[in-house]
Amino acid sequence: MQPRRQKRLAAVILVIALLTGAVAAMLYALQQNIDLFYTPSQLVEGLGKDKVKPVPGQRLRIGGMVVPGSVQRDPNSLKVSFDLVDTGPLVRVTYEGILPDLFREGQGIVAQGILVDATTIDASEVLAKHDEEYMPPEVAEAMKGIKHVPPSQQTTSEAPVKEGRY
Amino acid sequence: MIAEAGQLALTFAFALSLLLAIVPLYGSFTARQNMLLLAKPLAFGQFIFSLLAMAALVYAFRTNDFTVINVAQNSSSTLPWYYQITASFGSHEGSMLLWVLMLAGWTALVAQFSKALPLLLQGRILGILGLISAGFIAFSLFMSNPFARSLPFYPVEGRDLNPLLQDFGMIMHPPTLYMGYVGFAVAFAFALAALISGRFDSVWARWVRPWALSAWLFLTLGIMLGSWWAYNELGWGGWWFWDPVENASFMPWLAGTALIHSLAVTEKRGTFKSWTVLLALAAFALSLVGAFLVRSGVLVSVHSFATDPGRGLYLLAFLLVVVGGSLLLYGSRMNSVRSQARYQLFSREMLLWGNNIFLLTACLIVFLGTLFPLFHKELGLGSISIGEPFFNQMFYYLTIPFALLLGLGPWVRWKQQQVLPLVRPLGLVAVAALIVALGVLASMQSVQANLALLGMLLGAWVGISALAEVMLRARQFGSVSKGLTKLNASHYGMTVAHIGFAVLVIGVAMTKTYTIERDVRMQEGDTAEVAGYQFTLTDVYDLNGPNYGGQAAELDVRQNGNFVTHLHAEKRFYRIQRTVMTESAVHARLSRDLYVSLGEELPDNAWALRIQVKPFVRWVWLGGLLMAFGALLALADKRYRRKITDPGVSHA
Repeated sequence: MQPRRQKRLAAVILVIALLTGAVAAMLYALQQNIDLFYTPSQLVEGLGKDKVKPVPGQRLRIGGMVVPGSVQRDPNSLKVSFDLVDTGPLVRVTYEGILPDLFREGQGIVAQGILVDATTIDASEVLAKHDEEYMPPEVAEAMKGIKHVPPSQQTTSEAPVKEGRY
Repeated sequence: MIAEAGQLALTFAFALSLLLAIVPLYGSFTARQNMLLLAKPLAFGQFIFSLLAMAALVYAFRTNDFTVINVAQNSSSTLPWYYQITASFGSHEGSMLLWVLMLAGWTALVAQFSKALPLLLQGRILGILGLISAGFIAFSLFMSNPFARSLPFYPVEGRDLNPLLQDFGMIMHPPTLYMGYVGFAVAFAFALAALISGRFDSVWARWVRPWALSAWLFLTLGIMLGSWWAYNELGWGGWWFWDPVENASFMPWLAGTALIHSLAVTEKRGTFKSWTVLLALAAFALSLVGAFLVRSGVLVSVHSFATDPGRGLYLLAFLLVVVGGSLLLYGSRMNSVRSQARYQLFSREMLLWGNNIFLLTACLIVFLGTLFPLFHKELGLGSISIGEPFFNQMFYYLTIPFALLLGLGPWVRWKQQQVLPLVRPLGLVAVAALIVALGVLASMQSVQANLALLGMLLGAWVGISALAEVMLRARQFGSVSKGLTKLNASHYGMTVAHIGFAVLVIGVAMTKTYTIERDVRMQEGDTAEVAGYQFTLTDVYDLNGPNYGGQAAELDVRQNGNFVTHLHAEKRFYRIQRTVMTESAVHARLSRDLYVSLGEELPDNAWALRIQVKPFVRWVWLGGLLMAFGALLALADKRYRRKITDPGVSHA
């Protein structure tokens, strides 16, 4: 082979090796870092057609509305626990740390954590969107048919839906 | 009246952009010079009318004209005046108008500074920019009109600006970011114009380079400002979240970085031509993907605008037309382009090619990580999220070889480099890097951390190597002091940007490793100790701002009994939007930040506080600033201002 061809070949092989390595590493990392999203009823009844239930110890995300009156705080630390609901069963979330600014009873939140038992999640992170009307889209989907009227639309019925998130 | 005038101005801008898209392009194919000559005045006209439209919108915001829906939704009479101005681009409609203005601005700049270009090429470039403008102005006019009125029923008071956007970082972040996004349209137009004419050479690359560099400069600054804003305003003390919208700005940045490096090869050596053109197309296409992701509502994030399927569809169609059209043109023209230059396996060409491969791999990772959840859901496999660990892990692996190559790159000659002459200087650099890294970690009093050690090593390797390379080059001119004045501005630009990368890597690794974060419950008078600092809560009291209330906390910080600083953290409640916002207290030093945010109120007059000590976090933004400054230096290079081009010039 001509030296030039040889060089090309070496370069091509190098690229293919790099790409294979990158894709393999990516798939491996993806496998470890995908967190399935559940709503409380999906968590209890199982997800999808096969009704797959998560196993204790699994990392997952859960989104739902905080049940009013369910928030309990530990008086001496930042431990807090509350119930989440969408259409049916309740799921208990425990968390230690500062809740987001917009965490409120009756508000939609998303928690990321580890399943402790069938209906309890130990959360490492609690997210609430910086928006009073926020409901996690998956929860909104699960609650389709149940009318959610945002506070703004109750007062100014003619105003279009609020926009403007950066 | 002013709002209608604004709309009229925007309509004129639309008409001018259509003319700009049609007349010069038609003229370029029929060889009519008078049509080509029209491109420049049309470009200026389009800019002036876009500017008038923006001015009208700002006027409507400043005069609290709540009959304009956009104003009523995003401003209020209690909003401070500077936020009233920034609110004009805080909404979807307003930001689209800003986007249009930026694009018109770039087009006018191209028209002004393209005297050296052949008339034919100039007409085509401006025509393509006009085509893109027309697409965006049409979107602004027909899909998201910023001047729409709600007459006859209008509110007496506005809904106020989203409190998240009421911050200095937010005044600067969107305009700079958009300048960057839209700036890549210029490189895109140059690439398309060259594809039409079939002329690619180092002269072409020299014309594109300053435009690509300036777009990259703005994008770098914009991303950095966004990160700084998130750090101050979101109250978590994080500076990068791998949020879909951050990723949307990061993808064109990665492609743009690859582009400016690939352009160097095309300019100096006349090769990598088709590759460079593809990158120029990709950088702008990814900007459009970003616009689509943010504005269509397909992804949920703190940034995304309200969902509107019509807007999403329009942008998707526009994206497909732009990407599809340019790729078609690329496919039909590119096989006729041949590169003549030869180079060996160990040469600067190959190293820059390696740089491109790594940057594009990074881009691919971000792309997949951002869009995978979307596909997963659309395929009916359930909702998933791909979090920080995925991206962090991937970038951890990518950065190691990338930084190693980066330290090597500037030393290697074009065409061919012998290995032996480099062994001694690079060996010295490696030893110096090792000493610096271990020295710094020893002074941090813990050498346990792998990530910090790795980051310090790589950062020191890149930084010291860049400095040593400049010294060595300078010595070739006789004495160092004489040589330092002889080196090109672009050479300094490269060195500064590479040092910026080193600083960034060190900052990221050190913050990730040594940040200490504690959530504590405190009453007035309580002291919490974090990383050797004693934080004492002295007072919590009620706030009363122009459009917000809330609480403020005062803290004294001491280290070993010596007073360090006083911190003032706020938790604001914005009355009109009824949202709570955290204003964190930051005491910044080059070596560490003290960061306190006030959490919720607990029973017994206690408060939850998040206290963090974050070593080297400033370095993350300092690195970004240095990179942008490097681009500025490179732009100052004399050769971009010479009219008669001399293709044989080559530094190094």
